[in-house]
This record gives sequence, structure tokens and C-alpha cells, in this order.
Amino acid sequence: MSEPVRVLRRDDFQHLLNALAGRGYRVVGPTVRDGAIVYDDIHDASDLPEGWTDRQDGGTYRLERRTDAALFGYTVGPHSWKKFLFPPRTRLWHADRQPQGFTLRSEPTDAASYAFLGVRSCELHAIAIQDKVFMDTDPLYRAHRERALLIAVNCGQAGGTCFCVSMKTGPRAESGFDLALTEILEDGRHAFTVEAGSDRGKDVLQMLPTEEAGTVELDASARCTERAVRQMGRSMDIAGVPELLARNPEHPRWDDVASRCLACANCTMACPTCFCNTVEDTTDLTGDHAERWRSWDSCFTMEFSHVHGGSVRTSTKGRYRQWLTHKLSTWHDQFGSSGCVGCGRCITWCPVAIDLTQEVAAIRNSEGAHGHDR
Amino acid sequence: MDTIDDLLSRHPFFTGLKPEYLALIAGCGQNVHFAPGAYLLREGGTADQFFAIRGGSVAVETYVPSRGAVTLQTLGEGEILGWSWLFPPYVWQFDARAREEVRATAFDGTCLRTKCDADPALGYELMKRLARLVSGRLEAARRQLLDVYGPAPVR
Amino acid sequence: MGPPPSDSAALRPRPFRVTRARRELADVWTLELEASDGGGPVTFRPGQFTMVYVFGIGEVPLSISGDPAKPDVLVHTVRAVGAVTRAVCAAKKDDVLGVRGPYGAGWPVEAALGRDVVIMAGGLGLAPLRPFVRAVMAQRRAFGRVVLLIGARTPASLLFAREMARWRARFDLDVRVTVDAGDAAWKGDVGVITTLVPRATFDPGTTTAFVCGPEVMMRFAAADLVHRGVPPALVFLSMERNMKCAVGVCGHCQFGPAFVCRDGPVLSYARIEASLRIREV
Repeated sequence: MSEPVRVLRRDDFQHLLNALAGRGYRVVGPTVRDGAIVYDDIHDASDLPEGWTDRQDGGTYRLERRTDAALFGYTVGPHSWKKFLFPPRTRLWHADRQPQGFTLRSEPTDAASYAFLGVRSCELHAIAIQDKVFMDTDPLYRAHRERALLIAVNCGQAGGTCFCVSMKTGPRAESGFDLALTEILEDGRHAFTVEAGSDRGKDVLQMLPTEEAGTVELDASARCTERAVRQMGRSMDIAGVPELLARNPEHPRWDDVASRCLACANCTMACPTCFCNTVEDTTDLTGDHAERWRSWDSCFTMEFSHVHGGSVRTSTKGRYRQWLTHKLSTWHDQFGSSGCVGCGRCITWCPVAIDLTQEVAAIRNSEGAHGHDR
Repeated sequence: MDTIDDLLSRHPFFTGLKPEYLALIAGCGQNVHFAPGAYLLREGGTADQFFAIRGGSVAVETYVPSRGAVTLQTLGEGEILGWSWLFPPYVWQFDARAREEVRATAFDGTCLRTKCDADPALGYELMKRLARLVSGRLEAARRQLLDVYGPAPVR
Repeated sequence: MGPPPSDSAALRPRPFRVTRARRELADVWTLELEASDGGGPVTFRPGQFTMVYVFGIGEVPLSISGDPAKPDVLVHTVRAVGAVTRAVCAAKKDDVLGVRGPYGAGWPVEAALGRDVVIMAGGLGLAPLRPFVRAVMAQRRAFGRVVLLIGARTPASLLFAREMARWRARFDLDVRVTVDAGDAAWKGDVGVITTLVPRATFDPGTTTAFVCGPEVMMRFAAADLVHRGVPPALVFLSMERNMKCAVGVCGHCQFGPAFVCRDGPVLSYARIEASLRIREV
């Protein structure tokens, strides 16, 4: 969709929020809380993390003050948009015991109309990946997803654990958004280029006081992307990774990473594509009222692979290998793409700084050298 | 009435043996027959023969005090019983009992050992087959030990 | 295997009434269930399973062990090994359980048409194979030789004894039974089920095999069948993994790239041989 790019001044940013609220959207976006930039309700432009940035590395996340007043001058935090599309805890149905069995009532699938403000390119890809898992099987996900308005913000910098360039998921948003913004802060000027990626995006854009973007703005926008490309904190050679992991299930590197991994499941919670969930059946104390809940789960738990007689994956090695092999290898067999978007969250939020780009490189570089005959 | 050679040439254990070797081995053999309940061999007895079963079912068993006779494996047509005749002290380790009418060819151990000593190539052919047989029994016994249908250990 | 219905992730069980509960073994029961919500029966293919819910306690995947030609009666054969299965085994006539399904890829009968059929059932593995045996015998002429090899721990743990006797009485079905440990009264074979493979009469090159039992038993059985010459792509195993949703969205049942609930539980040996050899996959 090659619509003309428009420019919105920073001073007019509140108009965007007003337009969204006016159209009944519940705006969620980045805000500072508990020492991080998380995704939560945004009512006012002042809720945004103006002048904040994040410094990330393996096992490290710190907020720092910027020298400017950028609204979106950070990369990604511990939250991803899956917390809205695929809520951490959802009641599926509730039931009441009857003399002749039970009666069951499903939860209605009325869903909020979210406007996601500040979706990074890697996150657009992550949403598309979860679409493949849930769109045709989960009516609640579908309802949320079809109503959600996606406002992408192109990255003007990259984080210490970012590697979207390697994964070909960024840094510039190419598609899958309703609106895409790039924040321009130079020569005393603070503005956003805005382009529409859908009819819904166009409708919102038309309500805003914008000017046509000229070469100055377009060049500045392109420079943001170039800056982000140059700053990538990590990289991963993805050539042949699915086959590499598939043919090395007994590589000693798995034991090595297992000696560090705490099986804490942080990576799976932070990862924007991890979708494993569990189903819990509960009752109240009378035993007459039952509920079924779905909640996030992680392949790192001991119970995850439980069958009669015990768990299939009792060792941390088995569980770490399952997670990484699924993410980078068998995801292709299941869904036709990699499960990783290079956002770096798993590296940042791992308490012992395990870095999957390093693990993959280590396996690739020492394949066959350990004398293992397969 | 088939000669022992003919019977042997159809028995899976002897597949691939040269006719001269079949004849040599057949020369140590004689057809035998067991009524139901009769023992082909007894634990502790002198192991001086082995059997190629041609019909019927044989139980390899041992007696456990207060448990009675425990059947460890059953063998039937096309299978071989007994290899303790190969090594000193030439003593059977288990009982083998016919569970129904059993027809077999019994091969004399001393006769066979003598012929194998005289012709090592024959000995090698026989050893290869016996080693494979024993290996298969060991595999089966190990799988039996797994008790796969039993209750799972509490973890 | 088509896409699941659009509300499948709603995970809604339907009420089914227990019409009969029969004790098969000390800890194994067969339940017969009928829909009590006015909805239709569970039409299933042999090898499929349902998720059975006990009000307030939980849900388990259970293989359907009944007759595919008589779907009005939903049959499950269950061993009591945990909280939910113990509750299922304790269910009495007129109790109501929740059922959703059927799910999964069943035994591919079409892969056996015109060929010899070897069926190997170890322990409780006979339960998911029983519908398949019935389906095969219902169109017996479509196949060559049909061999049924059954293994169990002891004579007392043989399942479906009466039906097994009926199968053994048939001239067009070669049934061989063995136990790991016999008793004084046992007149049958003793030894692991794989010892039956070399003794059975079938032409490996034109055989399709269907194997179900503990995973280690299936691993050995499949290897022995292939060693005898059955093509690996025509040896089918029924795998078991932890299941929560049964529709391929919760991730629990993954076995390598396969979702056991959706790509399986029946999977060909050719497809999973490598995964079977990797520990903790």
C-alpha cells in the first residue's frame, strides 16, 4: 500500500491518542513502571516514556535518561503484545453440578478493541507468528486480533541484545501494521513520519493534523533505520540452523548450557512468540461449581512433559534443548517459519545471561569435533 | 519319510550351510519324540546334546521353592534348545519340558565337538549360528527384565 | 487431518452418561458412555482418542476402545494411575463425565488394504488397537493374512479375555499370545512379545504393521519388524505424551516436530525412528 507519507509534529501527538480514544480503542503502549518500560494503558502522551532509554545486555536491563525528549527512544522491555492478544490467564468456561450431570457456560468472546501503540518491527513479526498458532483455533485470540489496531514505531536505535537484522525481522516495519511512525529528533525539530498500512490506519491518519512528508523527513526516517542496523547488539548466522540443531541432539554444548540454565522459564515468559499454555480445572470449596482456566505455561517446568510414570524431560539439558530446538528448528516444520524474531528478550531477561546466538554459534563451530559418531 | 538332512535343510538355524556340513551335522543327529510333560533336559544333568525343535512347544523353566516351576521362555517349531554342551562343565542350567507332543532332532554333543575339532571351518559355521542364537536370547531376556507392563516406579 | 473446528480451543466437554462400567483387571475398567446432551454420538476412527473430564477434578486423554461401527456407545478402557483416571475408574452407571473429541490421527487402514496385516499389542496397548482389529475383521477380505500378536505381563493381566478367545477361534485371524511371566496354569507362550515376530507367518515385504504398547516395547517391536523386512513407512506406532488441549495449541505433547495430539498419536516408524532414539525428546 503506497500511501503518501505524512508528518505529525510532536506537539500534535495527543491528537493521535484522542483520535484513537474517540474511535473506541483502548490504547496500550509503553510506560515506565518498576524500573522498566512495560506495556500498559496509555491515556495521555505524558504516560509515554519520554526521555527514557534502556540499556540491555545478557542478564541486564537498566533504564537511563536520554539527553533528548524522545517518546520512543528505547527498544523492547519485558512485556510483549502477547499479554493482550493471548492473556496470561483466561477463564474458558464455568460449570455447575446438576442432579443429572453438569451445565456448562463458555466465556463470551467479547474482546476489547486495543490500539497497540509502539509496536516494533520484530514484534509485528512475532504477532504474525502467533497468528499462525491461534487465529484458526482460538476465538478469543481471533476477536482481539481482528479488532486490534497496530501502530508500529520504527526503531531509531538498536538494543544490546537485538539481532532482528540477522532474523530478517527488522528494524524497519514493512507490513502488518495499520500505522507506522518514525520519530525524528534532529536540528531542534521533533516530529513523526506517519504512513498508513491499511484502510483503518488511513481513517485514523485522516483525523490528524499532518503535512506531507518531504525528502528531509523521509531521509531522516531512513537514517533512523540505518542507525538501528548499525547498532545491532547481537547477530546470528541463520543459514541451515534448523538442520544444524536437528542433527545435533547429543552435542556436548547442551550439557554446557544446562550447567548454567536455572530452568527459571523467564525466557519463555518474555519471548513474544512462546505460546505454550496449560489448562487447569478447579472447583470451589463446595465442589459444585467448576471452572476451566487457560494460563501461560513453559516447557522448562518439570511437569510440562509429565506422562504416567514420570516426566519425559527430567533434565535441564532436555528442557533447554527442547526450547531452543523448537524455537529455531521444529517451529519451521510446524508453522513454516522460525519462531525467533531477534528481539533479544531471552538474552536480557535470563538471570545467568544465556545467549542463544552464542549457543547456536558454539554448536555450529564445534559440530563433529567432539568425536560423536552419528 | 524325510532324512535328517532334509529336515535340517528346512530348519532356519541351518540355513546357508553347505550340504557337506549339513551331512556332517546330520550324522550326529537322531529324531526324537517327547510326550506332553516329558523333560528334554534337566537342570544339573549332563549337557551332551542340543535339540532342533521341529514341532510342539517346549518350556524352559526352573523350580523356585514355594513358587513352583517358573517358565522363563517357551520355544517352538524352528527354534533351538540348549548350548551348554559347548563348554565344560557341560551341565544344563535349566529344565526343559515338553508342554505338548514334541518332535525334535537331537544332536550328540561329543560327536559334534569331535567333528568341529577336526574341521574348524565347520566349527566356525556352527559357532556363528550358536552365538547369534544366544545373543537373541539375551536380548529377549533383557527386554523381559524391563517388565514394561508393570507399574511405573514411583518418582 | 483437516483443520480443527473454530471453537476447538474453547475446550468444552459434552456431558456423557455412564451406561456400563466393567472391571477388566484389578486396576483397569472399561466404561461405556452415551451422549446425554441430545447431541450426536462420537463418530471416530480407530486409534483416535477423546479428552475425558471428571467434574472438578480434571481431564485426561483416553483412547477409544470400542467399535467404530457402533458409535452410539463410546467405550474407554482405562487404567487407574492418577487422580483423574482413578476417578474415571470409580465412575458408576448413570454418573456423568465430560467428553470432547475425537482427536488425533487414527490407524491408517488404507495403508494395509490388499496387504498382510501384523498387529502387535503390548499390555494396555490392546485397548486402542481393539477398534482397529474390529474394523479389519469387518472387511476381512480387503486384506491378506492378518496376524495379531499380544503380549502382557502375566496371564492375569490379559485384556478382553472373552473377545480374545473369539478372535483365536477364527480361522482367518492368526492370534498369538505371550506373557512375560507365566503361572502354573498358563499353557501359552512365555517370553517378550518380540519373540513372536520371527515365529509369525507373514510376508514382510507386503505387510503393514500396527504397534501399540509401552514406548520401549514399541521401539523394540518396530525395530524387529523392520529387521524382518517390513518397510519402516508402513510400521505404525501410537505415541503418548502429556496433553492439555488436544488440538495442537498448548505445546505439551510435542515429540520432535510432531504434535502427538494432532499429527499423531499414530505415527509411522519412518517418521519417528530417529526421535525414538534420542533421550528426553
